[in-house]
Amino acid sequence: MPSEVKITPELVAQHGLKPEEYQRILALIGREPTLTELGIFSAMWNEHCSYKSSKIHLRALPTEAPWVIQGPGENAGVISIGDGLAVVFKMESHNHPSFIEPYQGAATGVGGILRDVFTMGARPIACLDFLRFGDPAHARTRHLVAGVVAGIGGYGNSFGVPTVGGSVGFHTRYDGNCLVNAMAVGIAPADKIFYAKATGVGKPIVYLGSKTGRDGIHGAAMASAEFGDDSEQKRPTVQVGDPFSEKLLLEACLEIMAKDCVIAIQDMGAAGLTCSAVEMGAKGDLGVTLDLDKVPCREAGMTAYEMMLSESQERMLMVLRPEKEAEAEAIFRKWGLDFAVIGETTATKRFVVLHHGDVVADLPIKKLGDEAPVYDRPAVEAPRQPRVTAADAAPPMALADALEELIGSPDLSSKRWVWEQYDHIILGNTVQRPGGDAAVLRINDGPKGLALTTDVTPRYCEADPFEGGKQAVAEAWRNLTAVGAKPLAVTDNLNFGNPERPEIMGQLVGSIHGIAEACRALEFPVVSGNVSLYNETNGRAILPTPTIGGVGLLDDFSKFASFAFKAVGEPILVLGETKGALGQSLYLREVCGREEGPPPQVDLAAERRNGELVRALIREGGATAVHDVSDGGLLVAFAEMAIASGIGARLYAAPVTMAAHAFWFGEDQGRYVVTVRPQQAEAVVVRAKAAGVPVRRIGSTHGNALTLPGERSMLVAALAERFEGWMPGYMAQGIA
Amino acid sequence: MRSAVIIFPGSNRERDMARALRLICGREPTMVWHADAELPAGIDLVVLPGGFSYGDYLRCGAIAAHAPVMAGVRVHARNGGLVLGICNGFQILCEAGLLPGVLMRNGALKFLCREVHLRVERSDTPFTRGYNAGQVIRLPVAHGEGNFYAHPAIIARLESEGRVLFRYTSPAGVPDPNWNFNGATNAIAGVLSEKRNVLGLMPHPENHVDAAVGPTDGRGLFAGLVAHVAQAA
Repeated sequence: MPSEVKITPELVAQHGLKPEEYQRILALIGREPTLTELGIFSAMWNEHCSYKSSKIHLRALPTEAPWVIQGPGENAGVISIGDGLAVVFKMESHNHPSFIEPYQGAATGVGGILRDVFTMGARPIACLDFLRFGDPAHARTRHLVAGVVAGIGGYGNSFGVPTVGGSVGFHTRYDGNCLVNAMAVGIAPADKIFYAKATGVGKPIVYLGSKTGRDGIHGAAMASAEFGDDSEQKRPTVQVGDPFSEKLLLEACLEIMAKDCVIAIQDMGAAGLTCSAVEMGAKGDLGVTLDLDKVPCREAGMTAYEMMLSESQERMLMVLRPEKEAEAEAIFRKWGLDFAVIGETTATKRFVVLHHGDVVADLPIKKLGDEAPVYDRPAVEAPRQPRVTAADAAPPMALADALEELIGSPDLSSKRWVWEQYDHIILGNTVQRPGGDAAVLRINDGPKGLALTTDVTPRYCEADPFEGGKQAVAEAWRNLTAVGAKPLAVTDNLNFGNPERPEIMGQLVGSIHGIAEACRALEFPVVSGNVSLYNETNGRAILPTPTIGGVGLLDDFSKFASFAFKAVGEPILVLGETKGALGQSLYLREVCGREEGPPPQVDLAAERRNGELVRALIREGGATAVHDVSDGGLLVAFAEMAIASGIGARLYAAPVTMAAHAFWFGEDQGRYVVTVRPQQAEAVVVRAKAAGVPVRRIGSTHGNALTLPGERSMLVAALAERFEGWMPGYMAQGIA
Repeated sequence: MRSAVIIFPGSNRERDMARALRLICGREPTMVWHADAELPAGIDLVVLPGGFSYGDYLRCGAIAAHAPVMAGVRVHARNGGLVLGICNGFQILCEAGLLPGVLMRNGALKFLCREVHLRVERSDTPFTRGYNAGQVIRLPVAHGEGNFYAHPAIIARLESEGRVLFRYTSPAGVPDPNWNFNGATNAIAGVLSEKRNVLGLMPHPENHVDAAVGPTDGRGLFAGLVAHVAQAA
């Protein structure tokens, strides 16, 4: 085969391949690769596509349950929700592109995850976005926030899916590496799910959607490497999105699926045509031959290399039922999209690529994936953090002042500035919009509902990856429970630094095992996910951030719970035990200025017990308001419930057995705040005790202020002003 | 009442609209493809739904205004038929010259999705007979380009002819710059054509019709149209 260019060690390194990996290629194919083949290996064997550093550890995750239809390994995970319906969902990262070009990086992250969902035959019904940015004082942060939020909104709003939840946080460890994890959820008939596995020899392989251009070449490789000082020059590697095309693609794909034209289908995402073609063939034990002369291009003179690696957006690859070709093509023409037969499945198990009549690639299709390097990288456990006692962390100010500091801090303050830029009501099924413990959606015309959340506490993972991983799952599970949903399954997005550093591997492995333990104990399997490594700049890594996306089911969407106080004079109960855990608390960080200590421990049996009681209370109408207790502890939880309603609370004194600040701001896990009707309070307390759930009456809803013995009264209006004020104020400063 | 909803490439609130029409009119609307030059026979109400037709390329609604189906819409409007343009639909009607003015970028330069208060200025039109004059209703908005502008002489004419049907106000129904979230001239949210049979409205009544999911202030608009058509029959 002719090779366009001499393969040198520098060229190999530019492709992100290590010398050993190149040797592996030589041994595999018995000769030197062509440039196009080198590009193909570089794409298939980079971290983003091959999971080479994480694969062996991901096997520890539980992925099965009676309601799981499809676990990890396909375009998205699929779970049954009864009545012949399935929920299809996944979360994916677009961290590196978003740092380089925030608008397009975030927009194409949304575009990519939407395609992963509708390629399986599911119409997307919701998106969520988990975002992390650097220190607000850092020069780049505001620019990234503005661009990322505009990009997510720009894509999702135009495409026509409501963005109903997510998370926004700030920390200096994300200064050089922001995180954009996009989650999409869709609904499909459980018996009409479409998979990527090609079947049948001699079937047409069809290119669908937008034309191919030179954007995004080596995007996957860019995502598999650290940033250095030259990162700005990586701009051409960022893909460019067109939500209008994607909307057309959605409608056209759903139509050809309904008309039975599709044998197999996969979206072209990372590594574009290469990854989708190889995976579809390999999954079906079939070879694939492609003729690049047939690929619709929007730029002249594209090389084979460019066509194989382009990450132009809004494209799918499909194996077509041959007798349906005319019908399928007509549908795509109607929607104004490209439809081109560019190859066929073969019996040879070879991946053959032709261009201008020449064979530019001829590789063993299964070995491209199966023989990708798998690494068992050295891992070093994170050191144990010494305990922080209440005495160590005495408040430098009155508790009322500490609460105001916390409620107006970047992480806890209202993110309305963000979610008002997202259309969160389109499709008319948003029952609880952003700002609650979880988003709640009606499914079609009901009666069922879906609850959705994304969560993780990175500072916990830094201090103890195993406990932090457990906690991420437990908190996602609690968020869903707090709105009354039964948590069903997880999609995870593991964001970490450079895996070639043993301490980073230690974080990754520890977190995965923590996640696995919690998922097992809570019957909350992982059905899809993504790993994003090399999130570091000049050797400084992000906080370990294993994001958990959770999906739960409500049998009756109208019976969901929300956390706004509903009426005055209602008893307030805390379910779950408070020991006053201040290690790694937001109180310790924001009020005392210290990031120290171990994270709060998670007792999974208690989580389950407490959550099941809460869910039962909600289902039976026994709870008027419910809030999961997390960042900032009890006092922040009460403040949030008060701000959402305008109703205050008269709180009792903290128990004498612990320091007041530890009681009010400790971040003990497994807790919920619940308000009940006065006449039901006693029955609920008795029931909690019978169920083995610690319960404490902490006060009553009352008036328009939070009052605490020994503290000044905190007007709800004043708290609300702090809560709503930080983000608009911060973002306004950037406008010259 | 028989209704039709037009689907342009990039329309994305046609299903929301169809659901609202089905709920309140009791009849499934006909979905009409943008490339069809004629509307189906016997249609009382044509709706141009929300979305990002043609990706908002060039200007919002600029390309859709030239779609073949607009010929049918013009005929329908000329014959006194009812036309309702919501959000992108309003933008398309302005570009097509069926309504005066233009919808520019929101004053804050950002897309905003939130609930707003509107004052219904008069109740003696087919679109507003389901409300009382001066009634304050809550509807959601979700747009980046809803800042209504027209030449001052045109604005003066719209006002004097009573063709401003909905206005952004405070919760008490008072026009107030703090409550005019997109900066529209005179806080104009909805405008009627000369012959009073074509309405363009930026907020989304179709998203506030279902008590199960939220407020139902949008019902009055559709219910009023149903009553109008029934009466005219």
